[in-house]
Amino acid sequence: MRSKPFLTVAHRLAILAYIVVALFPLFWLLKVSVTPNDLLYSEGVRMWPSRATFEHYTFVIAHSAFPTFFKNSLIVAGSTAVAVTILASLAGYALSRFRFRAKYWIVALMLITQMFPLVMLVAPIFKMLSPLGLTNSLTGLIIVYTAFNVPFATFLMQSFFDGIPKDLEEAAMIDGATQFVAFRQIILPLTLPGIAATLGFVFTAAWSELLFALMLISGNDAATFPVGLLTFVSKFSVDFGQMMAAGILALIPACLFFLLIQRYLVQGLTAGAVKG
Amino acid sequence: MASIDIQDIRKSFGAFSVLHGVDLTIRDGEFIVLVGPSGCGKSTLLRMIAGLEDVTSGDIRIDGKRVNDLAPKDRDIAMVFQSYALYPHMSVADNMSYSLKLRRTAKEKIASAVGGAAAKLGLDPLLERRPRALSGGQRQRVAMGRAIVRQPKAFLFDEPLSNLDARLREQMRAEIKKLHGDLHATSIYVTHDQIEAMTLADRIVAMHAGVVQQVGTPLDLYDRPANLFVAGFIGSPGMNFFEGRYLVSGDHADLRLANGVTLPVPRRAGIESGATATLGIRPEHVVLDAHGALEAKVDLIEPTGFGIIMHVSIHDVPMKIFTLDRAMLDPGPAVRVDLPQERLHLFGTQGQRVE
Ligand SMILES: Nc1ncnc2c1ncn2[C@@H]1O[C@H](COP(=O)(O)OP(=O)(O)OP(=O)(O)O)[C@@H](O)[C@H]1O
Ligand SMILES: [Mg+2]
Repeated sequence: MRSKPFLTVAHRLAILAYIVVALFPLFWLLKVSVTPNDLLYSEGVRMWPSRATFEHYTFVIAHSAFPTFFKNSLIVAGSTAVAVTILASLAGYALSRFRFRAKYWIVALMLITQMFPLVMLVAPIFKMLSPLGLTNSLTGLIIVYTAFNVPFATFLMQSFFDGIPKDLEEAAMIDGATQFVAFRQIILPLTLPGIAATLGFVFTAAWSELLFALMLISGNDAATFPVGLLTFVSKFSVDFGQMMAAGILALIPACLFFLLIQRYLVQGLTAGAVKG
Repeated sequence: MASIDIQDIRKSFGAFSVLHGVDLTIRDGEFIVLVGPSGCGKSTLLRMIAGLEDVTSGDIRIDGKRVNDLAPKDRDIAMVFQSYALYPHMSVADNMSYSLKLRRTAKEKIASAVGGAAAKLGLDPLLERRPRALSGGQRQRVAMGRAIVRQPKAFLFDEPLSNLDARLREQMRAEIKKLHGDLHATSIYVTHDQIEAMTLADRIVAMHAGVVQQVGTPLDLYDRPANLFVAGFIGSPGMNFFEGRYLVSGDHADLRLANGVTLPVPRRAGIESGATATLGIRPEHVVLDAHGALEAKVDLIEPTGFGIIMHVSIHDVPMKIFTLDRAMLDPGPAVRVDLPQERLHLFGTQGQRVE
């Protein structure tokens, strides 16, 4: 095929335009986070302040409760991601491979849980958690997040298991494996891309969740970072510089996390499993 | 190695019944080929022997031991899948040694078993590769290798060659035959391919709609098909059939077709005069003879290179003839043929063979 230079250029330009639009808010976040307070309103709209500073970062790290929020968020998002992925892998495998009674109803129930706007559920959930002492606690948040993410993650994992030929585990069972060993040694390694996707998806969802965090947590000790960001809004002013600096810092774990799992996300491991 | 004994096996998926009582005794070291049209339950039977499918009723015995409720891993049987089912995240060597590792075989033993199988199948240079870096034929070999490393009680093959091209299939067929000659392993082999069935089998099991139609050596099935189904299924091009009424007059018998034509047939004790019957003759057994008793209009000539398939009609009843005579490439509008009496098959009202 002969390449058409014009089309190639247009193609690249379109991608560039998309990237610029998508990344511009992030750039603005960065720009504001390094703008000294005295220049924030005085310089008009500029792409970069005439003088950059890291004072917001040092303040956020050294003098605010931000490190606590950060730690809480890591605990909550990390635990939720791991718990959801384990549960969803097992449930997804069962839905994909086993025939059992009430399967239809279990799937239907799981879908129903996804139908309600979360706002509706805040009050009942608060009512349920408070006698258990799980409000204002990270454990409570983890439980709620896990419960809300398991259905979708289960369907996600099920579709990954569906994509793995049944022949493979049957071959393993004939080779001498139990169903569980076949699951662990043959199926699970082939599902790593799915597991990575689920981990990533749940981690980011839990990392940025605001509604339940706001409603179930009061006070700074158990606050996660999205709630913590609101502490930069005081009665009379918003400290944009510090807020943005905190925002930039909060992006780091999500980025690291995706760097860690991207190897699995792009891998098409099942290629070559069956006839080709 | 082991014998396999199948007694009145039935299988239903819910209300849908697939196998209706299959009996089969497979001797130690025997090569059994299961043939039958798509959906007749061949794979289901194989998977029940492997333990991948529950038995609805009946018994399966391996070496005299009832295995109905044994997990696949405890049956000590190897299976080659149509899709090969190689583990994509393992090298060829790991694929082949997986079963031995699961059985905690000693390292040196594994190495020698894998080495031996690889040498037999010409896989030595590929041992470190992943399945996705192999051609279809190489994958097929690895699947075979995985089955033979652990010297199981029996081998099950579910259409193992159907994803290969014709040339490769021929080659692998010969290799499987050679392998069986070396190992003398009890084998059950499912195929659609006539030639595979005829060349590989010690005995062929012909199945139709979940019922075994005939069990016998390849030549048994070819020479004395037990019923219309087997007669039509075995052989290519397929057997010619003429339906009519079997009429005895004096010391000879005829088949009177619906259009009034009569064909002389041998007298058979197993059928009454006046009964409806079907006459069968294989295309390769029809004799072309300038003084033949019947005139056949030539409809179509199909040269295959090796021989010629002639589509003709006798009084508007279509028939096929297979001949090696190149002169028949241009036979003119009609030929004369004979249907030799000793080559005729006669089937009764229920389609059963009558002698
Ligand atoms: N899990 C299942 N649930 C319901 N029906 C099934 C199931 N597996 C197989 N069947 C049915 O059982 C019948 C026999 O299937 P089987 O796979 O044994 O056929 P086969 O003889 O191997 O055919 P082919 O030559 O096409 O492979 C088919 O009608 C099929 O639809
Ligand atoms: Mg089949």
